[in-house]
Amino acid sequence: MVQILPKAAAPGIEQHDAEAVNDAANRKLYKKREPIYPKLVHGKFRLAKWVFMILALGAYYLIPFLRWDRGGGAPDQAVLVDFEGRRFYFFWIEIWPQEIYFVTGLLILGALAMFLVTALFGRVWCGYACPQTVWTDLFIAVERLFEGDRNARIKLDRSKWSFDKAWRKIGKHAVWLVIAGATGGAWILYFHDAFDVLSHFFTGGSPISAYLFFGILTFTTYTLAGTMREQVCTYMCPWPRIQAAMIDNDALSVTYRWDRGEPRGPHKKNDSWDGRGDCIDCKACVAACPMGIDIRNGSQLECINCALCIDACDDIMKKVGRPTGLIAYDTDINIEKRQKGEKPSFRFVRPRTIVYAVTLALVAAVMLVALGSRSTMDLNVLRDRNPNFVTLSDGSVRNSYTVKIINKTHEPHQYRISIEGDPALHAWLLGQEDGDLVVTVEPDRTTDFRLFASLPEEAIDRASEPLLFRVEDLVSGEVQVTRSVLQTGYDR
Amino acid sequence: MAEHNHKDEVTGVDTTGHEWDGIRELDNPLPRWWLWIFYACVAWSVVYMIFMPALPAPPGFEGFTRGLTGNSERANVAQQMADLQASRSTNFDRLQNADFQAIENDPELFRFAIAAGRSAFGDNCATCHGSGGGGAVGYPNLNDDIWLWGGTFDDIRYTLHVGIRSDHPDTRFSQMPAFGRDELLSQAEIRDVTQYVLQLSGQSFDAAAADRGAATFQNQCVSCHMEDGTGDQAQGAPDLTDRDWLYGGSADQIEATIHRGPYGVMPSWEGRLSEPMITALATYVYSLGGGQEAGGDEMGAGGQ
Repeated sequence: MVQILPKAAAPGIEQHDAEAVNDAANRKLYKKREPIYPKLVHGKFRLAKWVFMILALGAYYLIPFLRWDRGGGAPDQAVLVDFEGRRFYFFWIEIWPQEIYFVTGLLILGALAMFLVTALFGRVWCGYACPQTVWTDLFIAVERLFEGDRNARIKLDRSKWSFDKAWRKIGKHAVWLVIAGATGGAWILYFHDAFDVLSHFFTGGSPISAYLFFGILTFTTYTLAGTMREQVCTYMCPWPRIQAAMIDNDALSVTYRWDRGEPRGPHKKNDSWDGRGDCIDCKACVAACPMGIDIRNGSQLECINCALCIDACDDIMKKVGRPTGLIAYDTDINIEKRQKGEKPSFRFVRPRTIVYAVTLALVAAVMLVALGSRSTMDLNVLRDRNPNFVTLSDGSVRNSYTVKIINKTHEPHQYRISIEGDPALHAWLLGQEDGDLVVTVEPDRTTDFRLFASLPEEAIDRASEPLLFRVEDLVSGEVQVTRSVLQTGYDR
Repeated sequence: MAEHNHKDEVTGVDTTGHEWDGIRELDNPLPRWWLWIFYACVAWSVVYMIFMPALPAPPGFEGFTRGLTGNSERANVAQQMADLQASRSTNFDRLQNADFQAIENDPELFRFAIAAGRSAFGDNCATCHGSGGGGAVGYPNLNDDIWLWGGTFDDIRYTLHVGIRSDHPDTRFSQMPAFGRDELLSQAEIRDVTQYVLQLSGQSFDAAAADRGAATFQNQCVSCHMEDGTGDQAQGAPDLTDRDWLYGGSADQIEATIHRGPYGVMPSWEGRLSEPMITALATYVYSLGGGQEAGGDEMGAGGQ
């Protein structure tokens, strides 16, 4: 489809031959993907995205190398998911498998934070923080480095194969692969000592799972950020669908202020701006869009709210001498208000955001309290049920228990077990019938102890005697208690 | 009827030509991503067939294609079993000639022996003694402090070796006659002895009958059960004065036991289980709570 368009939308403003190829109206379900050539823009949102990209990628690649001394032979990697040792280390926090609810809590926090941010500012996650966005942005920057900006890239793709085209394409894909490999490579550093992995990885000494995940992550990074790009957001990701439930009329969204922009059209020198909109239809916003849509068609599922069209349009508005903000973070409500001559306003405090914020604060508080009061020991008492109880030759009744004590510290600790219940109760550990009930648990271990408790015949007056097991850490003074019973078989 | 090249009016797409009650199916192309995954799977299956065992041999040939890797799950399992055995062999070697002191003083070995013994117990002993060694009528409870043949570690291990009334030449053997069935005693005499045994064990009894039974007891029973009825572990004769009754402690049950004579058996485990495994099993049974120290002090009563 060739359109005859004027070369300039306004004096000195290029008229882009850009088409919103990923717009729902232009997109054909069975058509091959139309390539999108996002044009580089400059402005505050572009700068924000660069800064965030550097911070996010920097954190991702460098965190595995941070050290945190835990002593006692524990790993000294600050952030480590140790599947082999069944521990998750995060700086001063150590999570055991039975404490996986901390991770669940973290996911809930993440979800709530996403709800809140989306209700306030729209899809900022999609536009700035999503790994798909960050890596795609990086891959487009590499593409630009090798093949030039939008027009040069279009020209290169349409040109016949030549040495120039070949080295640019090969160079681009090579750098993509290196970045993808580094992405997959950094991933595996989170699951084993980073320096150890690095020294073994290149000599073939890492476990097969390391190479497998390196391969998977390299492949997905290369394809998702290199070749699939906006298709991931448009077709594969559920978030664009879910966000509809979070966004209401008051949530910010990248908006084309059509009340100010329409009717649009090219602007000729010395023409009056009266009776027409500020949009000169230069399509700079379409050319800049990494999603291949036209923001002027209103809020769309495809739009990731990256705000690059805002930068593109602001640049044009400055050049034609009109106020910036023809495209801006705004709401449809404000457009209506301006049309009625009312003052636009933003309602950040509304029931929805209050509920999200309060829930978020509550969950965070619960998590912090749980984390702060997290014990360094744990106790579990399992009573033998087969046989349920044993009657001894003198008529006394004995029960057997498995006492599990978990020592989460990195030094061996001694623990004193005591049992509160009937005063006639006698308790002893296997092999130490006259000993005091003091046991030692090695660092970072769970140890089972077999404990017997018996009650003389004359003290038995009910079928089930309640017991309270109390275990005191003789080093830290910490105490854990748990309830159990002593079954007597009494039925008189 | 099948009708080819029929175009759907609304969508302009060909139909498959099939029609069910006026419903036609559009012949839309497959999504590209779906097709690519399909092609990838086809390619993968070829790679798989080259590397892994895949196809049965044609008729007239044995077996199947081995694949380049020659992978065999059967061999893998055998290898894993061998690795497991090898990883346990150090501890089993240490159990080979260990005495109880050595096991008990090594917490790791002690735990290992109990764990190994527990699994062997479940496979071999639980059928009669119950999965926790709780016993049943005629099958002793291994948790309590009452032992027919002795409850020290060495006693338990020896009993496991030779069995009770087994085919082992040195088997533990005791025989209480079937006094009634073999007509060694009259029914009246058995009833009287029963009353005497009730008296010995501190249950309610008929004084006159017990007096009569005492004489019979002196004549027939004391050689094994002793004068005071406390039994003799050397002969496998149970203590009649305690609370525990292998075959039941009511008058009827005692009478029935005297009438037919108990004749419990346990196989000898020598040769069926390895030497270290028998040691592990003895450790486990000992640890159930009834194990007695060699000096005579017993764990089961809790040192009371």
